[in-house]
Amino acid sequence: MAGSETAAGAAPDVVKILVAGGFGVGKTTLVGSVSEIAPLRTEEPLTLAGLDVDDLAGIEEKRSTTVALDFGRITVGDDLVLYLFGTPGQQRFWFMWNDLAIGALGAVVLLDVRRPQSSFAAIDFFERRGIPFVVAANGFHGEHPYPPEEIREALALPDEVRVLLCDARERTSSRDVLIALVDQLIAAAAE
Amino acid sequence: MSEGDAQGRLVRPFALTGGRTRPSRADFTLITTVTAVDPPPERAPRGQPEHARILRLCARPVAVAELAALLDLPVSVVVILLSDLLEAGRITARAPHPVSRTVADLDLLKKVREGLGRL
Ligand SMILES: Nc1nc2c(ncn2[C@@H]2O[C@H](COP(=O)(O)OP(=O)(O)OP(=O)(O)O)[C@@H](O)[C@H]2O)c(=O)[nH]1
Ligand SMILES: [Mg+2]
Repeated sequence: MAGSETAAGAAPDVVKILVAGGFGVGKTTLVGSVSEIAPLRTEEPLTLAGLDVDDLAGIEEKRSTTVALDFGRITVGDDLVLYLFGTPGQQRFWFMWNDLAIGALGAVVLLDVRRPQSSFAAIDFFERRGIPFVVAANGFHGEHPYPPEEIREALALPDEVRVLLCDARERTSSRDVLIALVDQLIAAAAE
Repeated sequence: MSEGDAQGRLVRPFALTGGRTRPSRADFTLITTVTAVDPPPERAPRGQPEHARILRLCARPVAVAELAALLDLPVSVVVILLSDLLEAGRITARAPHPVSRTVADLDLLKKVREGLGRL
């Protein structure tokens, strides 16, 4: 198509990583702590057309609803920009991730170990679609009652999925979560 | 928030896009980068104020999601406005880096890894 190749000037190459997990696990906090811009938010009206009846359970009584996406940006090179997208926390909007997941390098699933079930849907989603992900336990109040290996076992995660502890409020900790994901991708690519 | 507000929010984007509810081009994803063509093409049609706002915001390359947030408009509406501008030759669009699940792009991953390491 005309316009997609030509004269884009200094337009950078762009990639994205998703930050998923249950309601209130710290997705927006992680995006904000590592982003070079204040996290931005965009509201998207949900299109209900083309969805299975099952998808609509619980929202059929609403005429319209919106989904909010949080995102941040990290310039990782002269001509390479990484966008982070915090997915909607409400489980009933999981089908939104289909669109979001297209073209993502991979995903971070944040986990609150006090209520891990809230992140099961996210793990299932990425597993089923073969989208690579790491699991990061966000220690509220800096507390990490379980070591990574115990978390891996409890969640029945395969060996190649990295599990780590983090503090989503800390820039370096959030950065390390992203690095773990990219290292995992590199390890898989080198195989 | 009053009911009037809620209705206003629903109606406004619709009015902005002249009643069209679908983008005329599928060229735009959340992370497609758009850049205003400078200088603008001769005899460029005069657009709506929102077109002019978009052109100002993308004087330097900017992603569609960022534009939507800056304009405080839904992405779907911004995409329609961008389609107009693309058709009028007033912006260029750069697609995101294609990501394949079967063939990994090791060079790209290493670049991302290095960039994160510098943070
Ligand atoms: N003490 C503590 N609080 C945190 C931490 N991470 C996030 N919070 C707080 O927990 C709340 C929820 O965090 P968010 O980042 O908004 O969570 P979210 O996953 O984006 O939430 P939704 O988008 O609503 O699903 C906020 O009030 C944060 O300030 C943490 O590591 N420690
Ligand atoms: Mg959030």
